[in-house]
Formats: sequence, C-alpha cells, structure tokens
Amino acid sequence: MTTHTLSVLVENKPGVLARIAGLFSRRGFNIESLAVGPTEHDEISRMTIVVNVEGSPLEQVTKQLNKLIEVIKIVELDGPLSVNRELMLVKVRADAATRGQVLDAVQLFRAKVVDVAPDAVTIEVTGNADKLGDFRRVLEPFGIRELVQSGMVAVGRGSRSISERTPRPIAVPRAAGG
Amino acid sequence: MTTGQPGAAMSGAQSLITSLEAAGTRHIFGIPGGAILPAYDPLLDSSIRHILVRHEQGAGHAAQGYAAATGGVGVCMATSGPGATNLVTPLADAHMDSVPIVAITGQVGASSIGTDAFQEADIRGITMPVTKHNFLVTDPAEIPRTIAEAFHIASTGRPGPVLVDVAKSALQAMTTYSWPDQLHLPGYRPVTRPHAKQIKEAVRLILDAQRPVLYVGGGTIRAGASRELLELANLTGIPVVTTLMARGAVPDSHPQHLGMPGMHGTVAAVAGLQRSDLIISLGARFDDRVTGNLDSFAPGALVIHADIDPAEIGKNRLADVPIVGDCREVIGDLTTLLRTEAAAGTTGDYEQWVDYLAGLKKRYPVAYDQPADGSLAPQYVLERLSEIAGPDTIYCAGVGQHQMWAAHFIDFEKPRTWLNSGGLGTMGYAVPAAMGAKVGRPEATVWAVDGDGCFQMTNQELATCAINDIPIKVAIINNESLGMVRQWQTLFYGERYSNTDLDSKRIPDFVKLAEAYGCEGLACDSPDAVDATIEKAMAIDDRPVVVDFRVHRDAMVWPMVAAGTSNDDIKYARDLAPQFDEDDV
Repeated sequence: MTTHTLSVLVENKPGVLARIAGLFSRRGFNIESLAVGPTEHDEISRMTIVVNVEGSPLEQVTKQLNKLIEVIKIVELDGPLSVNRELMLVKVRADAATRGQVLDAVQLFRAKVVDVAPDAVTIEVTGNADKLGDFRRVLEPFGIRELVQSGMVAVGRGSRSISERTPRPIAVPRAAGG
Repeated sequence: MTTGQPGAAMSGAQSLITSLEAAGTRHIFGIPGGAILPAYDPLLDSSIRHILVRHEQGAGHAAQGYAAATGGVGVCMATSGPGATNLVTPLADAHMDSVPIVAITGQVGASSIGTDAFQEADIRGITMPVTKHNFLVTDPAEIPRTIAEAFHIASTGRPGPVLVDVAKSALQAMTTYSWPDQLHLPGYRPVTRPHAKQIKEAVRLILDAQRPVLYVGGGTIRAGASRELLELANLTGIPVVTTLMARGAVPDSHPQHLGMPGMHGTVAAVAGLQRSDLIISLGARFDDRVTGNLDSFAPGALVIHADIDPAEIGKNRLADVPIVGDCREVIGDLTTLLRTEAAAGTTGDYEQWVDYLAGLKKRYPVAYDQPADGSLAPQYVLERLSEIAGPDTIYCAGVGQHQMWAAHFIDFEKPRTWLNSGGLGTMGYAVPAAMGAKVGRPEATVWAVDGDGCFQMTNQELATCAINDIPIKVAIINNESLGMVRQWQTLFYGERYSNTDLDSKRIPDFVKLAEAYGCEGLACDSPDAVDATIEKAMAIDDRPVVVDFRVHRDAMVWPMVAAGTSNDDIKYARDLAPQFDEDDV
C-alpha cells in the first residue's frame, strides 16, 4: 500500500463532503486523512485527501471523483514538490519536576505552549506526519492526557496555482427533454 | 408555456411546472402526496400530460422505458418519504444502465427538514450513490436553474438519473420565474470528441490484428450510433458481438453478427471475444456477466476501449488504447481514417478468423429441445412472437430466464427496440417500462415479455395502462417458478428447490387478473395455439392484452458459463462443451 495526497477543488455547496465520503466508502477506497476548508475563491472549497491505495486503484479514485458534478479539479501533490502540514494539539502531564523537560521538547520541535495548568500543559505543533510522530514519541514518557490532530493540508511548491482557470458557462439548449 | 411567462411572479410550484415545460417535458409519470401536492395544482393547467401510476416504482420504470424508447429524458414525480423511497429501485436501475431520467420529489417544508417530520426521508442522501447527481431545493428562486441543470446532466455525457427534491415550503412560496440561458457547472465537462492520436493508434491496431472483434455495448444505443457502427462493420468485415444492453445496435441478420456474449452468450460470441487478438470495445464496460472470470478473459487480446465515461476505461480490464468520447463520434472517426487507409491500399486481413467464427456460429446456433411431453417450450413462444410481431415492435423484458430467451430468440434489427434491466437486474421492470415506451412511441407495438415472478412485482400498472389508453401487450412466460434461480438450484444445489416454486399456474389466474384490470386476458399452453394467440393479441389495439403462456417448467437457458468460471468453460447445453478445433484459428 502506498499513500497519495490529492488536492480536490469542489464547489462550496451543501452535501459535497457527504458525496465524497460516500464515494470512498462504497468503492472501497481508504481515506487516511481528510481536511476541508475555504480557498481564495468564495465559491470553491479545497479538500486535501490522503488515500492509501495501489497504483491502479488511484486512477479509479480520481476518475470516480471527477465524475462527481461538484468536483472541479483534482491534482495529485507529489511529496517532495509540495509542502504538507498537519496541526496537533496535545495535552501532556507536566508538574514542577517535569515541566522543564517538556518545555525543552517544545523548543526543540518549534512547538508552542497554548495553555498551562498546575499539572499539565497544552502544546500546539505543526509539521508533516513524520515530525508530529516524532514529537509524540518524545512526549509519551511524560504522559499524554489528550491528543487531537487535523487532517493534512498541502500546497505545491513554486508560483503556480491549481485554481487558476475558471471554466466558461454552458449554454442551455432549447427543450432537452421529451 | 401555459402557467406563466418568464419574469412573471408566481408560486414555486408554478415555477417548477413552467420549468419542466421549458425543459421540454411532455409526459410525467407520478403519484401526488402531501409534500408534492402544491406542484400538482398548476400541473392541471399545463401542457404536460401526467399519467397517474399505481406505485412510484412503476413511475420510475415508466420514465426509463420512455427514455430508452425515445432517446429523450423520462420524467417521474413522487411525494416525500415513502413516495420518494419507492423511486430508489428505478433510479439505481437507470444509474446502472445509463438511462436519462429526471425524478422530482416533494420534501417536507424547509423548517421541518431534519426533525423526523411526517413522511420525511433524506432522499438526497439516500440516492447519492444511485444517481448521476441530485439536488435539494429550499429556495424557490433556485427552481428553474436546478431543473435546467438536472435535464442537462441527465441527458449529456454518460446519461443517467438525476433527482430534484423540492421542499414544500419552496413550492408554496412566491417567486419570480426566470429560465436560465447559461449554466454554471464548472465540474461537469463531458468529453465527446475523441483524441485524434488515439484514433490513429486504434486504427493501427485494427489494421495489424488477425482476430479482431467489435465488442458493442449499450453506449452505442444511447449515442444513436447504429448507422456509424454498421458502416464500420461493413467497411472492415470485423465480426460483431452485441451485449445484452446493445441488442439491436447491429441487425441480428447481419452476416458478421455473432450474437450476444457473456454468461448466456452464444458460443460464437463468447469464443469470438475469448480467442480474439484485438477487442474493439464500443460503449461497453467489461461487465462481469460478459467477462466471466476476469483473469482468464480473452487472454491474447489487446484492447481498444472507447467510452464517454473515462472511469469505465481500465476499470476492469486494462486498455491498450483508451479513447474517451461519444461513441458516434469515435466510430465515425475510426471509419473515416480506416477508409483513408483502404484508399491507400491498407486493409486488415481477417478472412481465416471470420471463417472460423462463421463455422462456430453454424455449428452452435442458439437452439433448444422441444419438451418430450408435448408441452410448450418457452423458447418457441419467443421465436414465434419475434416472427409475428416483427422487428419494428419494442420488446421489454424483466429479469431472468425469459429475459435471456427473449435476448436470444427475438431477432432484433433496430436500436431502441429492446428494453431491459441489464446492470441492476430488476425484476418487475417490464410492465411499467413497456407502459413508458408506449407513451413515448404510441405508434409502435410494445410487447412486455415477462416472467410469472417478475409480472407479480409490478402488474398493478395494468390498471394505469387500461385507464389511460396505453394498450401494451404482455407475454407472461409462465413456468410457475423463479426460473433462473431454479435453474441454478438444478445445476449447483443438487436439485433442492428452496423457495422457487411460485405455483402461478394455479394462483393467481392471470387471465382473470388481466380482465379485472380492464385488459384482454388470453392463455395458451400448447404449441399449436401459439400463432393464433399472438395474432389475436396483435389484433387488439383498444386495450392492453395479457397472454399467459403456460410453458414447460424445466426448460433451461443455454449456453451458460457458470458464475466465476472462465469463458473457456462455456457449456452449449447441460454437460455438453463445444469442440473448439484449435487448428482452425
């Protein structure tokens, strides 16, 4: 199994997420991570979907996604040629004795403490999946009380944009029905 | 337009009906109910003929039959909740067989959505996997644009079903009607023009091949590509197989036509694909009922796969030359280039292959044994029906043995004369689909060929037919059982007939049932009476006719490739494998 990162531009309409999630589940495709959010265009949302597939099903995934009317464009983002980020919030046990060590780890990973309690700190960290995994392993000995992580978002390197072209409207034919 | 002028203030319901008129709707099959009720009022004053069916499933299949017979868009209408869920089967059927229909459903008022209100069902959510697209409209201003988009999506690209769910509050509210002249569907751009480079590559393979086959699917019928197809076949001399969905795309009488491939295909068609070195797939999708075990399907063949849906290409079988495009354009372009090559003296040489397949076709025709006890053979009924009703008749079938016999023993000469449920395999399709076909093509004779099991699933639409002057004809192939399931029990379950005996030569009395529904009821149980019975049915045109053909119950469908096995293991009849002389190829 290999993972692929797909950037999917969709019309910002109700039900789009349900359509895409339903398509993955009924065709037996495996979503590893999914993130949805707005883009520079109000009417377009962008999904970053990490899928776990063999080579040929990936083509089926993108072709089936493309059949959804509200899917505008799909681009596969190649690992080294794109910037990938996930956000993790983690609540770690930290008392007077261990707080210093925890804060060392925070600094080492360029993370940020966003909340402090007498016996715990909450840390925000961003990075790719590897970095977040490493950070988590470093924190585990102190006792992770709660952990939450976003899906991955990704953008290609360089100046090109995947959402540049706006397609032209379609003329309505007279009396299409019968 | 009778319910209002563009720009006029009107209710959402009036806007819906006016929009349907603007989209070209002339017939709607449906049933009113609470949530859709506002739409039924302006329907009374509109130019649209609404046919009140007896069950929403009937409305859906009728819309399918209408679309498949005419090439236009079929329209059905139902209320919220159970009305809408009853449409799910026809929507799924239309999705599988690429039939352009638009279903309009009422939804509970916008403020009640999500509250488990009376007759509320999330029909948009339910039908997402079985429609090409669907909409929920809560703003009456969105109605015209949504209807325009629904018809555009249903009828272009790979055709399919589109559902428009309209909240009752949107139907009741006042709005301004304005039919759009442009649609903004940034994610919907079906490719119809094939790529010239792919056409060139395909032509190179065709000219190099020794054993090519034209594998013709239902897409050629939807695309209206029969004329182009015939030209291509005539120009190249390449043998042709037509799938269950493509019967009639090429005349059965054409000398290159090998018949239907697949699980119950002819020996020549199955062997033609299996032993070919080049499969030219046109609007077909390498369905499991055609390929059998995929790993052993046509092992020596390269594949040219042309389809308007890119997702079909390479889905089941790797395509050596993929061509995305409308079948009519693809076939036209192939023919043009092949003609240029021929003028320059380059043509394919398939003589040995054509002779080999012609030999197989002659040696293993579609045949059957007459029952030893003198009872009626179902195949004989269909042979005679084909002969007497002729190739201009539209035949609709349900699903099962009678469907396979109809596919084999009726001679199809023209496209859009064979309607059946291919992909989904929906028992009960035939009667309502025949009703829809007859509404769309009133001048044509329409015969539903149905099994006694199928018929009992949707025969309530006979009332609709009788009352609304839709004189269809129904041939029930009554073997008093769920015949295809019974055949599998005979072959694979040691003749243990669990729950396949319908006893339908006893109950119901189909003749009385037909009469109760205002139809002519006829029965026939002897070969000698078949012609006279069919002729009598053909002569009646003022009401529907139902003929109960009481046939031998043990007749089986042959040839057959057992499920999951290789097409090489085709049986011509029980325990009889065809002899393929390897030296012939």
